[in-house]
Amino acid sequence: MANKSMDSASIYKQTLLAGLWRENPVFRLLLGMCPTLAVTAAVKPALTMGLCVIFVLLCSNIVVSLMRNLLKPHLRILMFTLTIATFVTIADLFLKAFALRMSETLGPYVPLIIVNCIIICRAEACASKNGLVVSIIDALGMGVGFTLTLCVLAGVRELLSTGKIFEAQVMPDWFVPWAAMSMPVGAFITLGLLLGLVNAVSKRKA
Amino acid sequence: MDTFNILLMGFISIVIVNNLVLTKFLGICPYLGVSGRIDMAFGMGMAVTFVVTLSGTLTWLIDHLILMGTPLEVTRYVCFILVIAGAVQLVEMYVRKFFPSLYESFGIFLPLITTNCAILGLCLFINLWEIDSLVEAVVLSFGAGIGFTMAICIMAGIRENLNLADVPECLKGAPITLITAGILTLAFMGFAGMIR
Repeated sequence: MANKSMDSASIYKQTLLAGLWRENPVFRLLLGMCPTLAVTAAVKPALTMGLCVIFVLLCSNIVVSLMRNLLKPHLRILMFTLTIATFVTIADLFLKAFALRMSETLGPYVPLIIVNCIIICRAEACASKNGLVVSIIDALGMGVGFTLTLCVLAGVRELLSTGKIFEAQVMPDWFVPWAAMSMPVGAFITLGLLLGLVNAVSKRKA
Repeated sequence: MDTFNILLMGFISIVIVNNLVLTKFLGICPYLGVSGRIDMAFGMGMAVTFVVTLSGTLTWLIDHLILMGTPLEVTRYVCFILVIAGAVQLVEMYVRKFFPSLYESFGIFLPLITTNCAILGLCLFINLWEIDSLVEAVVLSFGAGIGFTMAICIMAGIRENLNLADVPECLKGAPITLITAGILTLAFMGFAGMIR
């Protein structure tokens, strides 16, 4: 009995850690690129976006996991999408009610969480095959991994484009803001270089 | 004449100045995934153009005739995604019947058009920009498809040549594609002043 519970505990731990590094959605699986590039001009919107994604991912994984035995194979993607769309609507209305300014900054990228590949991918690859607990842990791991990645990318871009992080000045006076970093160019090139860095680091480890 | 001018301006702006892929980051997944060969990129572009025109028009109609001014407005996202999923299903059946070889080579990317952010994004932008004539909505959605096709074909052309280049080991694959895309957006920024 003790042995069995040890086993499941280690499975939970592995699932949690997989999302953070080994199967990190952005760096490893290249999923959810649109919001990754679009909302990372500053840390604050990136963090909000990350939290929204964690909420939607968690809720949809729970629902999909609960209804996994009722799904017909050819209709499952449609069911996933509808579930996700419902929770995204909730998140969007919540942001509009309690954080109007942030909702305007993020614009259409909040409803675009519906078509974020991470969420569908986790519903398909994990929640529709596993029980409730594993699905919840998987959602947390993936969601936190996604949010951390967004924050790292946004941190680099905000620092270089304005010299601030979280809207607080960190760079010395002589620093000249690098405006290109807040534009699409900055997003693509920073992410490209970060991916290269991750590849190099993980190769050295192996 | 005046309406024609507005439509032409709208078309040019969505294809070049506000290109969905290069300035709004929409549709990045197929942009990175299917841009390996130029014929596949073109096929994907055509499929997306068809779906985006169809769903842009339909969602505008649904939005204006049914949803606006009623409490049903909260179901907007659910309705939009249903329309898109239906349109993609149509394309999938058509391609499987008439272009079996193309269907094989697309693989998973064809049903994934449903989750192509460019399409849902365009429907949302039409809603956000408060476009209130049907013709304009049709032109904008068609232009968005053309813009996507153009961007993905340019990228495929570059990547075919990139195969011969000497890229550092850790930048191979996605990283160098992203950096190339970044330089491409820099080029497209030159159009930014053309239209407001």
